[in-house]
Amino acid sequence: MRAINRQPRSGVRLLLGALPFVLVAILYLTGSALRLADNPQDKLLPALSTFAATIDRMAFTPDGRTGEILWWVDTAASLARLVVALAISTLISLVIGVAIGLLPHVKALLGSFVGVVSMVPPLAILPILFIVLGLGEPSKITLIIIGLAPVMIRDLALRTEELPRQQLIKAQTLGASTFGIVQRVVLPQILPRLLDSLRLSLGPAWLFLIAAEAIASESGLGYRIFLVRRYLAMDVILPYVAWITLLAFLMDFGLQKLQNRLFPWFAAARAA
Amino acid sequence: MTTISIRNVWKEYDERVVLERINLEIESRAFVALVGPSGCGKTTFLRMLLSEESPTRGEILIDGKPIAGEPTAERGVVFQRYSVFPHLTVLGNVLLALEFEKGGCFARLFGTARRKAIEEARAMLDCVGLGGNEKKYPAQLSGGMQQRLALAQTLIRKPKVLLLDEPFGALDPGIRGDIHALMRRLWNEEELTVVMVTHDLSEAFGLATRVIAFERPRLDPVDGDRYGAVIKDDIEVWPRRIAGQPSPHRDETKSITAPGRDDPAQDQGQARDDLALPA
Ligand SMILES: Nc1ncnc2c1ncn2[C@@H]1O[C@H](COP(=O)(O)OP(=O)(O)OP(=O)(O)O)[C@@H](O)[C@H]1O
Ligand SMILES: [Mg+2]
Repeated sequence: MRAINRQPRSGVRLLLGALPFVLVAILYLTGSALRLADNPQDKLLPALSTFAATIDRMAFTPDGRTGEILWWVDTAASLARLVVALAISTLISLVIGVAIGLLPHVKALLGSFVGVVSMVPPLAILPILFIVLGLGEPSKITLIIIGLAPVMIRDLALRTEELPRQQLIKAQTLGASTFGIVQRVVLPQILPRLLDSLRLSLGPAWLFLIAAEAIASESGLGYRIFLVRRYLAMDVILPYVAWITLLAFLMDFGLQKLQNRLFPWFAAARAA
Repeated sequence: MTTISIRNVWKEYDERVVLERINLEIESRAFVALVGPSGCGKTTFLRMLLSEESPTRGEILIDGKPIAGEPTAERGVVFQRYSVFPHLTVLGNVLLALEFEKGGCFARLFGTARRKAIEEARAMLDCVGLGGNEKKYPAQLSGGMQQRLALAQTLIRKPKVLLLDEPFGALDPGIRGDIHALMRRLWNEEELTVVMVTHDLSEAFGLATRVIAFERPRLDPVDGDRYGAVIKDDIEVWPRRIAGQPSPHRDETKSITAPGRDDPAQDQGQARDDLALPA
């Protein structure tokens, strides 16, 4: 039988899925054990027990100096920035993207402008943001928005243009106004696609967040990682990276579930 | 009473002439079938009737008045695909037509108005044979049911003109027989002037009162784009079908009253029998 037709059985499927994770874990543990046997003071690949101690210290014990639990303070600070930035980007891209995709005049006005702006490397203008907006929250949130919004706008404009022309004609023959078409035909079909766009933007969003926090901040997951880097504190960095990955994964998963929940028609319509 | 006049209409895209010198008077409640080889401009013609495209030259009048520059509710349409809204249920699709009509700027109905609209929509769905499927989404319907839904959604707005672009082209013959019977019934009962594009001659002669054939007459291999398609044949279907009166064609009256899902093939054969067309 051809390889493209050979389906793994469900048990095999699970096993195959777990395999890469197990391999990475084994590689790490052997590497760590070898290095620690060589030099018990080695900091590069800490043992599991060290991780447990560090996580207990960071996530469950108040900090001696400030009385705060650093892990959660960092998480809350980062998530707040991320969520605010994502919300603003979503709103901007929805309004402008649909307008560009639907209204020829807006497309003529903004189409090429957005195209050019989306090519500006956001990190290159980070210094400008710090100079103009200062080192506080606004500059970090603005960086994420500048990184995400133009791409999302272009994506949503394309998705809007992709709606079959026949649907817009049909709506007009039913007597719909432009506003009516936006509300009843375009928005309901663009919202599930917006969730797709948002899911794809999560990666860049975290990237910009951590970059901004690394450079100027007093809290946040990215800030902590870059702070402890000086002490080669892999026992902090690795759990933080795993935690960020988990958070990003959960957001992605949640958005996917939300899409299925809110737009039950979408999966079938997309396949058609 | 809705007549359509097409006066010396030309359509060109850039250097390419697609249609030329189209003159046509369509009387009220006619059922015109438009046939012709692929690419001869049937869809283009229909799009001009819809105001999706405008003629390069000439004019199109409905009841003696030039048509509006954009699609309006007086001209309903059913396409071969994408005629219904995938994000709305069957009932939602039909309801939307009423909400666009009466729902004001937000296109939504509430309370009694909504209940009345739902009643009206359900009656329309029963009329096209979709009763009981109200809660399904279009993707869960067969091709034939989707086209029935598209008809229901269009007809509930009571358009004067119904434009159809190969609406049944993608359906298999059995289903097509059923939906032809429905189409005949709707044309008989509603105040409609119908223009339908089709590839299927038996469909054209089985439904229409008049069959118009487009063709590109001068096939110049070097300069083929300089001449557009013209009306090559204009055939009155005989014996005459008259909207609202029993059909003189055998068996059609039967299928008006009893559209049976099981015996559609007969209907097809019947249509093929009485097509006395110059091949
Ligand atoms: N927007 C457009 N721009 C340029 N040329 C076009 C455009 N729309 C249609 N045409 C051309 O006009 C001609 C007629 O197209 P049309 O779609 O009307 O044909 P048709 O008779 O409907 O064909 P079919 O039976 O295959 O549907 C084609 O040769 C097509 O290439
Ligand atoms: Mg066509």
